Amino acid sequence: MTPQLLKHFTATSCIGTGAPATLAALMQQRSGLKYCEFETVTIDTHIGEVPGVDAQRLPPALRKFDCRNNRLAELALLQDGFLDAVQAAVDRCGPRRVGVFIGTSTAGVLQTELAYRDRDPDSGALPAWFQYATTHNSFSVADYVRQRCGLQGPAVALSSACASSAKAFGSARRMIEANLIDVALVGGTDSLCLTTLYGFHSLQLSSSAPCRPFDVARDGISIGEAAAFALLQRVPDSLDRDAVLLLGVGESSDAYHMSAPHPEGLGARRAIQSALDAAGLDPADIDYINLHGTGTPSNDRSESQAVTSVFGATTPCSSTKGATGHTLGAAGALEAVISALAIRNGVMPGGVHTNCIDPTLTAHYIRANKRAPVTRVLSNSFGFGGTNCSLIFGSAR
Amino acid sequence: MSLTAYVDGIGVLGPGLNGWQETAAILSGRRAYASGPTVLPTPSMLPAAERRRTGRVVKLALGVALEAIAAAAADALLLPSVFSSSGSDGHICHEICQALSLPAREVSPTRFSNSVHNAPAGYWSIATGAMTESNVLCAFDASFIAGLLDAMTQVNVDRRALLLVAYDTEYPPPLHAKRPIPDAFGIALVLSPQLTRQSLARLEVALTDEAFATMREPQLEALRASIPAARGLPLLEMLALRGAGRIIIEYLDTARAGVQIEPCR
Repeated sequence: MTPQLLKHFTATSCIGTGAPATLAALMQQRSGLKYCEFETVTIDTHIGEVPGVDAQRLPPALRKFDCRNNRLAELALLQDGFLDAVQAAVDRCGPRRVGVFIGTSTAGVLQTELAYRDRDPDSGALPAWFQYATTHNSFSVADYVRQRCGLQGPAVALSSACASSAKAFGSARRMIEANLIDVALVGGTDSLCLTTLYGFHSLQLSSSAPCRPFDVARDGISIGEAAAFALLQRVPDSLDRDAVLLLGVGESSDAYHMSAPHPEGLGARRAIQSALDAAGLDPADIDYINLHGTGTPSNDRSESQAVTSVFGATTPCSSTKGATGHTLGAAGALEAVISALAIRNGVMPGGVHTNCIDPTLTAHYIRANKRAPVTRVLSNSFGFGGTNCSLIFGSAR
Repeated sequence: MSLTAYVDGIGVLGPGLNGWQETAAILSGRRAYASGPTVLPTPSMLPAAERRRTGRVVKLALGVALEAIAAAAADALLLPSVFSSSGSDGHICHEICQALSLPAREVSPTRFSNSVHNAPAGYWSIATGAMTESNVLCAFDASFIAGLLDAMTQVNVDRRALLLVAYDTEYPPPLHAKRPIPDAFGIALVLSPQLTRQSLARLEVALTDEAFATMREPQLEALRASIPAARGLPLLEMLALRGAGRIIIEYLDTARAGVQIEPCR
């Protein structure tokens, strides 16, 4: 594929509101996970909750979008001059030439959960305050971003479970290459809700402790929430020294099971190889791998096998989910921003909360930050339904 | 830039619409339309354990996908896919929200893993063994064109054939009152970058501001207006009439999609 420029980016998760705070937390190896006191949830687990989401207000004209998910999107859009960067793109290309591609798994379903508690006792009807289209529907967050930014190009939500916002980069880059648009607002937003907290708990996939990816004692995920956005566009003739490019996108399906990964990581391996092929790169060209690394026994085992089968056991890799939690449909976009920060700042973030690396996992998992030039990063995102996506980002230098 | 592709196979299921041959006869005026509940096939291609777990949305998506693949004489194993729908399984969503509103909050693990928007795509890959990529989209009422645009960019940029499946099913009460989709409706298209022996028509798609087409037959127009995937009906009508022409399809409030159609045989 033709490389594309990550013109501007921002991320908000439990480790930081905005990119500088995110970078600072990564440099200090600080985790944002804490014991779950979310809403009325009574599960023995840790979560990655973003501070200030409840207090965030939406512009009055967009009040019908009000829900936790869109408040989180709004909070993230306000960071790092992102809205100004979108406006500059609109001024340059026109609102019809800017598309919106947002990954989410549950959008604002929390709103529906609350509405079900407020049903009419006689008729069972949902309350009048509940707005389906602008909160529950998966498109609601893409529509919110579109209207908030005054964009008139194609707009879509991508909802492939935990690979959603990684796959958003794939759709966006194709639409730019097809010349339907000049700029894509790509990203992901997923927020805490009872469906995922109780759902992963029912599958016995969430840990009571903060998640420990690749640890010998790992026993599940910690659910987090995040919103991360980037502007993607064609590569201009001249580039800043610190420019970050999207070099490759690789996708695949496991064709194996709805909620368990392929035991040997065949689907993941196929996505990784396809991303390398799209970028025209060899495994040795990758300096650091940001793993999907959820912290469940089977996910990490499967991914380690996939990574080792392509890269051998020397390429440094880690999961940042010990710090951020698993932000589900937002994970791909959040980790794309973390990959870009790693390239810009010459740091491979060590995985936190992992005390004793599982000796049967052969991938080269790093627990301490490694300061070194980082030219190219591979970022993995896999999801329920056996969906896999690998992205490769690189320095323009 | 406009995007071109050849339609090599079509699958359709909807109220009173059982497969492409019957639908084409209705849309071309050779047969009267008689509405009735959508009949969904059992996905016999799935292993028994998986088959038991599949709800209406999976049956619908797999049903139309299989018809399109067979018509195109395509190998499902090799085709990437785009699945586009306004919602996931509405019945599962209701059951989970209901369970969460009760003190015990007992969510079924199987229902939870089947609640994801990409469940039909996951079951499609399990059923066919296809390890190809599958993109799963949602654009509320605009989901049909969102899927078509994504599919057309794949055909044109990556120069490969693919399967597009646009499908929607109903919510049970009380969500039904907030999102009144009346019944299940799905369209599947196998799209190819070059003319093949199976090609029915060549499509050229571009965004436009023009007014969108509606269906002349009132019941079909009611379908078009009430189920997101049924917004593709005017396109199917043009394909059924086997004539050359242009049709404008409803998309977002800020854009429509113009589709130029040239029949191949």
